[in-house]
Amino acid sequence: MCTYLTMRLEVAGSGKGAAGWMRVTTASVYLDHPAHAPDDHTLNVDLLNPDLGPAARVALELEPRSARQLAEAILALLPDEPEAATG
Amino acid sequence: MDEAIRAGTVEVVGHGGDRIQAYFAAPLESESRPGMVVIHHMPGLDRQTKETVRRLAAQGYFAVSPNLYWREAPGAEPDDAAAAVRARGGVPDERLVGDVGGAADFLRAQPLASGKVGVIGYCSGGRQAVLAACHLPLQAAVDCYGAFVVGHPPEGFPMAISNLVGLLPRLRCPLLGLFGEEDQHPSPAETSELDSLLTSHAKEHDFRTYPGAGHAFFAVDRPSYRPEAAVDGWGRIFAFLGRTLEG
Repeated sequence: MCTYLTMRLEVAGSGKGAAGWMRVTTASVYLDHPAHAPDDHTLNVDLLNPDLGPAARVALELEPRSARQLAEAILALLPDEPEAATG
Repeated sequence: MDEAIRAGTVEVVGHGGDRIQAYFAAPLESESRPGMVVIHHMPGLDRQTKETVRRLAAQGYFAVSPNLYWREAPGAEPDDAAAAVRARGGVPDERLVGDVGGAADFLRAQPLASGKVGVIGYCSGGRQAVLAACHLPLQAAVDCYGAFVVGHPPEGFPMAISNLVGLLPRLRCPLLGLFGEEDQHPSPAETSELDSLLTSHAKEHDFRTYPGAGHAFFAVDRPSYRPEAAVDGWGRIFAFLGRTLEG
């Protein structure tokens, strides 16, 4: 199915795309058809910088179990108050 | 018919007079031909969509697929373009209708065009094929597992999309619907509801729901591919187009 289900959020950070490192400002997270992964559906993440054009993108297509493990790893590493990690 | 075709990138005038890129294929034989607009799925005007355009041309149709993401992402790879448009909330329905209408005009302007034009779409394009057929003077529409023609998007749905129930009385041409019994969007209950609504509006339609198939059973490079359903589905598509566009 085309789930259309998409979460969008503003982010601050950098990512390495096809043209090298760039600042990323927007993230899309969605469960839908992948462009490359050999699965019907994957958990997809796009880290974008729309000001630099559509190709300014770091893309991930993860098998859902892998996506959950990644999310848990991220949450396990970050303190409850993210600001505390920047000091 | 020797199935020789030419294919490549063209420009069509879409919604609002915008010039957008499209992929066009045409039979080489010099006979009058109907046209088909192919609406690409959410991953964009990709290789698979272009293969569908060429397949229709080899079967004897002028076929064109407008790049619905051209405005946001001119010249971008299909996957990058799809990501850019998704991040902006998707393609507005009004713009889709204008772009399909422009593509249909492009087909009617071909020197050997018969004047009859149909539309086909897969996944999100299935819903958009029905949408276009409710607004435009088309002679045939094919909806391959389009979600949210009926039913409601989930609460908090982030993309600007609504069902087409209110538009169905305006459907302007016969509709062929091909669905998978294991699909959830659209579910068999939803396609059954659509069937009933079209019957109540006295709209000509022909639906087939394949057992053992889910969403995207035509997609040959995905695990969802179901050869039996896809082969039968292609046969039904060409029989339907022969009846509606070539009669």
